[in-house]
Amino acid sequence: MSALDHVLQHPAVWRGSQYAKVTVESVPTGFAELDGLLPGGGWPRAALTELLIAQSGIGELRLLAPALARMSRQEKWLALVAPPYLPYAPAFDALGIDLSRLIVVESRSDAQTLWAAERCLRSGACSAVIAWPGAVAERALRRLQSAAEQGKSLGVLFSPLRCAAQPSPAPLRIQLACGRSRLTLHILKRRGGGWAAPLTLDVGFGQPLTATQTDITQENITQRNITVQRISAAPARSRRIRQGIA
Amino acid sequence: MLWSCLHFPDLSLQLLLRASPADQALVVHGGGNRPQILSCNPSARSTGIAAGMSLSAAIALCPDLQARPRDAGAEHRALGRIAGWAGQFTPVVSIDAPDAVLLEIEGSLALFGGLPAMQLRLSQDLAELGYAAAIATAPTPGAARLLARAGISRAVTKSAQLPDVLHDLPLTLLAQPEDTLRALALMGVRSVGACLDLPREGVARRFGQGLLDELDRALGRLPDPRTPYCPPAHYRARLPLPAPVHETGPLLFAAQRLIVELSGHLRARGSGLTRLKLILQHEERAPTIVQIGFSSPTRDPQRIARLLRERLARVELPERVEAIQFDSEETRPLASRNLSLFPEEMLPDEERSSIVDHLRARLGEDAVHGIACRDDHRPEQAWRACEPGAAQPAATRARRPLWLLDPPRRLRERDDSPQLEGPLVLHGGPERIEGGWWDGGDVARDYFVASDAQGRQLWIYRERQGQRGWYLQGVFG
Repeated sequence: MSALDHVLQHPAVWRGSQYAKVTVESVPTGFAELDGLLPGGGWPRAALTELLIAQSGIGELRLLAPALARMSRQEKWLALVAPPYLPYAPAFDALGIDLSRLIVVESRSDAQTLWAAERCLRSGACSAVIAWPGAVAERALRRLQSAAEQGKSLGVLFSPLRCAAQPSPAPLRIQLACGRSRLTLHILKRRGGGWAAPLTLDVGFGQPLTATQTDITQENITQRNITVQRISAAPARSRRIRQGIA
Repeated sequence: MLWSCLHFPDLSLQLLLRASPADQALVVHGGGNRPQILSCNPSARSTGIAAGMSLSAAIALCPDLQARPRDAGAEHRALGRIAGWAGQFTPVVSIDAPDAVLLEIEGSLALFGGLPAMQLRLSQDLAELGYAAAIATAPTPGAARLLARAGISRAVTKSAQLPDVLHDLPLTLLAQPEDTLRALALMGVRSVGACLDLPREGVARRFGQGLLDELDRALGRLPDPRTPYCPPAHYRARLPLPAPVHETGPLLFAAQRLIVELSGHLRARGSGLTRLKLILQHEERAPTIVQIGFSSPTRDPQRIARLLRERLARVELPERVEAIQFDSEETRPLASRNLSLFPEEMLPDEERSSIVDHLRARLGEDAVHGIACRDDHRPEQAWRACEPGAAQPAATRARRPLWLLDPPRRLRERDDSPQLEGPLVLHGGPERIEGGWWDGGDVARDYFVASDAQGRQLWIYRERQGQRGWYLQGVFG
């Protein structure tokens, strides 16, 4: 064992599960397991991060929320460019994100989305820019990456899953999938290289209502009824509906 | 006291030339029945046109000549704007009609890094405005004026040097009646020095005290008070284009001249612009008006130019533009900014709002907004769009989705249970929300957290009134 360790410490020996230590300025993700897998220990600042998702709503924003909350302490904007739905102020506030730093940019076309994202990244006035541009050509990605470098801004792009096979200049690419209120992260590309096993994270889907964060099955129906009564003292009629569903 | 005189030779011609980068033959004529050429630009001169020629002769020499009548009022207004712009260098600015501006600069020298640096800065900034000026500096305004009019860009700092410096200057530079100057010339007195050598009593008797007084003021022997110029609070400028244009490129070139002028004007007043009106005047149709708003006061010429470029790119011009006009509709006080010790940490308000303005200029005013919470139980009422940076935090902390669907989407039902690409599994709830009878937006709903087959977490509700339908209102992103 000790002999093996000795061999492994040799600088010429590289193991598939390792990635080279690179110093990149980064923002902690707020999830220790994920920080451990990312070079620099967080989302890379002044670079583009591509998150590939099948559809919105699987917890992808909650994955970013701790970093966004941290960055909203700065005097810069957090820009949401062409979000798929309306960002709901009370929920963003509940995640600790300072709403007075948030700007929402709506666009009417993909070209406008890319233009606005690039402007925001390059301006240096945004600490983070999160954009939903749909499928993006590699050349446009390269522009965004250089804009992020210039503006020292954290750029996050949500791309559809089918872009996973296409080459991308973004130094960090993560594919997100969801399973039973947990988010599975598959790192497709990171600085320093190396393969990482998929990581499953609890991104806090059941925040204040954790007590009710259980599937409605026959086993825990009693517990559910108690919860229901505690929350809203709903009349018998609506309870009957739910039991019908269950 | 140290006075700088900015003298603009051929001001009427310069006013036209500054509006366009194109180098086409251009003359200014005196108007009337038989218009005479007053001044012409180099490309007109190269065809043989010269001042004093009649306009018809000039057109015979150069058929595609652009000819404009002289507009003395416009020249005077332009001098006023130059004086307003020059207010950023010194508080004492005076107009020396018809074609010069005087600046008392002694107190400003330390700020601008000395006399040579300041003169260089003045001539560079004037070039940005589109003017070519002779800049002369002297201890008296009269001497500075004579030097500048003679086209001598020179700085004299000591009064004792003045008699020598002015000695050879021609008398025609003086602001004296034609007759006086002609009579002196006939006597063989052509320079300032020669005039000063004449016996004073005789000169005073023949030509009046005015001639001697002007020379004495220039030499510093008599006081020479000047009326300081007070710029108006609002900047308004009209710049005629030498030839009507239809493209935005030449328009931006002309607008850039006014932006630099406006920026100097604002700096002199210690204010920033919040709303600018750009009027594009056409030959026949009603003018096109472009309004530009700034979310924070600014006088940064680059920022103004950037917004203008975005806005002009979206404007449809019905006809060629023959003049542009600027109107500073709304200004607010804007103090100078201290430089930060840690430039990375601080982001001035101006830069923060600059990106918002830029996005708005291209995407439309409503395309960029912030989000704020409102104290209301109804989810669709519990938020509102607001000016970026003007948000307020929530009063309550219930579990809410990050994404809202507005309006809510009706879900299909099967066996009384909601469906969205398959059956939905309900997790938590219900949370009953009722209210709104006071403003007509009455709701009575039971909210549930549900997940669909793909694992998305959804926020759905069932109406407790009417059709009792299921709706999707939020997605827990």
